[in-house]
Amino acid sequence: MLSNVVKDKIIAIVTKENYEDSKTERLVYSYDSTPNLQAMPDAVVSPRNTEEISKILKICNEFNVPIVPRGSGTNLCGGTCPVEGGIVLLLKHMYKILEIDEENLTITVQPGVITLDLMKAVEAKGLFYPPDPGSMKISTIAGNISENAGGLRGLKYGVTRDYVIGLEVVLPNGDIIRTGGKLAKDVAGYDLTRLMVGSEGTLGVITEATLKLLPMPETKKTMLALYSDLESAAKTVSKIIANKIIPITLEFLDQPTIKVVEAHAKIGLPTDAKAVLLIEQDGPPEVVERDIEKIIKICKEQNAVSVQVASTEAEAESLRTARRTALSALARLKPTTILEDATVPRSEIARMVNAINDIAKKYKLEICTFGHAGDGNLHPTCPTDARNHEEMERVENAFAEIFDKAIEFGGTITGEHGVGVMKAPYLEWKLGKEGVAAMKAIKQSFDPNNIMNPGKVFAKQTRKRVVITK
Amino acid sequence: MTTVKEQKTIQDQFKARMNEDELLNCMRCGFCLPACPTYIESGFKESHSPRGRIAMMKAVVDGLIEPDEDFERSLDLCLSCRACEAVCPSGVKYGELLEEARDIISQNKKYSLPTRIVRKAVFEGLFPHPNRMKNLTGLIGFYQRSGIQTIARKIGFLGLLPDSLTAMEKVLPKVATLKQLKNRPDYLPAIGEQTKRVAFFSGCLMDSMFLETNDATMKLLQLAGCEIVIPQTQTCCGALHGHYGEKTSSKDLAIRNIKAFEDLNVDFIITNAGGCGAFLVEYGHLFQDDPEWNDRAHAFSNKIQDISEILVAVKFHEKVRLELPFQIITYQDSCHLKNVMKTASAPRTLLKAIKGTEYREMYDADRCCGSAGIYNIIESENSMKMLDYKMVQTKNTQASTVVTANPGCLLQMKLGIEREGLASTMRGIHIVDLLLEAVKN
Repeated sequence: MLSNVVKDKIIAIVTKENYEDSKTERLVYSYDSTPNLQAMPDAVVSPRNTEEISKILKICNEFNVPIVPRGSGTNLCGGTCPVEGGIVLLLKHMYKILEIDEENLTITVQPGVITLDLMKAVEAKGLFYPPDPGSMKISTIAGNISENAGGLRGLKYGVTRDYVIGLEVVLPNGDIIRTGGKLAKDVAGYDLTRLMVGSEGTLGVITEATLKLLPMPETKKTMLALYSDLESAAKTVSKIIANKIIPITLEFLDQPTIKVVEAHAKIGLPTDAKAVLLIEQDGPPEVVERDIEKIIKICKEQNAVSVQVASTEAEAESLRTARRTALSALARLKPTTILEDATVPRSEIARMVNAINDIAKKYKLEICTFGHAGDGNLHPTCPTDARNHEEMERVENAFAEIFDKAIEFGGTITGEHGVGVMKAPYLEWKLGKEGVAAMKAIKQSFDPNNIMNPGKVFAKQTRKRVVITK
Repeated sequence: MTTVKEQKTIQDQFKARMNEDELLNCMRCGFCLPACPTYIESGFKESHSPRGRIAMMKAVVDGLIEPDEDFERSLDLCLSCRACEAVCPSGVKYGELLEEARDIISQNKKYSLPTRIVRKAVFEGLFPHPNRMKNLTGLIGFYQRSGIQTIARKIGFLGLLPDSLTAMEKVLPKVATLKQLKNRPDYLPAIGEQTKRVAFFSGCLMDSMFLETNDATMKLLQLAGCEIVIPQTQTCCGALHGHYGEKTSSKDLAIRNIKAFEDLNVDFIITNAGGCGAFLVEYGHLFQDDPEWNDRAHAFSNKIQDISEILVAVKFHEKVRLELPFQIITYQDSCHLKNVMKTASAPRTLLKAIKGTEYREMYDADRCCGSAGIYNIIESENSMKMLDYKMVQTKNTQASTVVTANPGCLLQMKLGIEREGLASTMRGIHIVDLLLEAVKN
């Protein structure tokens, strides 16, 4: 528990109503969306503005109290789980959209704005915010920024990082800094905006963000291609891009996933297909038309068993459902769903999927793979049961091998979920000792007392832990 | 207050009785949060969200927290609207978890004397006895017709009642006489060509307070070509008991209903109240550990269908001319009808078929209105917050007719209209009453 001195000082800033330390209230902030990970904070604090946050951080820094910024707690790497106790700083009450600037094509928001609300607000003005994480209905924008969230449109439009152009951040010592701004070009010194994006709440608290917007594309078309072998599907992906077409979405489902999706959603997917690609393109009608025709041709050349193009929005929606229900369907199989995030260059997708299948067989596990084929970001997912410790051990080892393979194929240990607690032990595999040391040096200079989200990104112990049992 | 000893018993019962698989099924993705009205109204408190409540239940099972006041308060404040279930990727049966948790708490804790009296009166004295319901309703009818109501309102007698009850008194429907209440049909033939043979679940509140709506329902079924049987041995569905931790009583009522309906040789059992229907379709679950009743309960549940579904299925709205003077109509979903019975498009199809009117969808039509059984009486303050939000959305549609499909929602929307001072320009009405109006017109 926090000392009375700290508690009183914080209550003096945020008032009693915004300070919780009953056991029940602490318990409900002891987890996020990460499977099987839980740790109690000492208190939960809900500030209302930047000044309050600055004062809170000063106190935490003075008294060495860990502080974990939190939006809706939807991340999958343990990023908002208070593994070293301390204060969970709830940013949900700062949810105002401050400005939509149609001349500069920017939006400026507070950290707790829900991603979908932001999208709707800009769409109402004919504008477009492309990053679309799966959790957009509830995830907050600062959470997206802190984790550098991806999504289904990453191939053509990039990820959250590519849209953040200015930030207001409270540093661990309480200093308030502003980085970037409404500028397309800005090379004044180190790019602290980029440094903050994806820093997982370890360098400071994001209190305001300015994001870049695009004009809304005129039209969109959706299609689904089925394959009787994995190689053909994977080849299609690289052929499309080699033909200088970049679709917005190029999603992949493997056979185990297709079977599960079909069993639950009953949308008429052929369960004998080895792979499915969901492809979407947007832009001016004539360009979309031309691209889709080319894509159909490529799919057929690559031995697609069937190609369906949606003729109505309702049809398109049902095709998208196929991809979107993947997680839902897998989540219904067994009590615990370990959704992972290995990423490889897209030319290596077939090899990677084959490797995942071999590893699953080796460890006698069911691992279904789906994901963003276009950008090489795969989600091997293992339905399991956290109570079965022996099986969890196998899951642990299987995923370690999967990450190892991903790196071997020129990939990375996480494409969009972040490092957090879950990938920390593997960080060195990707970056090497020197890379990790460089990152630690940055962390040290921002946060010498290690109060900002401690226990994340950098592993304390060397034990590998994808799957944590308490 | 729950004593430490009671907490200990409750905790043991949680360990023994809560479905651990179901608790583990929650993958804590947070997709339920934006769907949960109490999460939103509480100012985004995780403890008032389904994910938070499940985490707390699990923590009680794991011994991480005690079932203390905070825990109970959080469970009490849940509307059990089940909107979270509709959006849950893992398909967590939140409603079942909540009912079990509430049952464990209510069976192992000593309530204060007034609460005990009210609970006993409602759950044991009143609802399981159709005749008593009718007698009480008859009394309300006498109150309304005798002029006592007018006098009571004038002398401010109602000021002595708690605000929540005073407000409710104003919106009670004009009820039938005791004679009408007790003289109910048990069979009605189809009008025109017969399409189906159905049984009608008349309900307790619906067959007393909302008698006219029940009559309208049967009339519509007849016009839709249904031959109707109405077994007189049926009783209250048991939903209130189930939701408020009186599982044993709800099972007793369920058994009486299963017996009453099982040998009727009908295609469907029709309901016109989302709350009852949702409980009836889950009788199967109620008896999941009871081999004697499990199959019979499932057979019963499989026949349950909402009135609007069958009307659409037999193309009532295409065969019968529905017309009304111009009015803007909007629809407020009954949570249980939508989230549990999965009926959402049929009522809209019927309303859109009424010629001469305009249907306008309300924003967040499927957000709970705050009625939620007796929630609006026992959690009045919260309920009124939900209602205020609902009325903002209702007014935005500029509708003069607000349609609902459940008695609780209907009373709540009438209350909302009354509170906003809109009684002269807006009305709340049950869908079957509006449809019958459109037939007669």
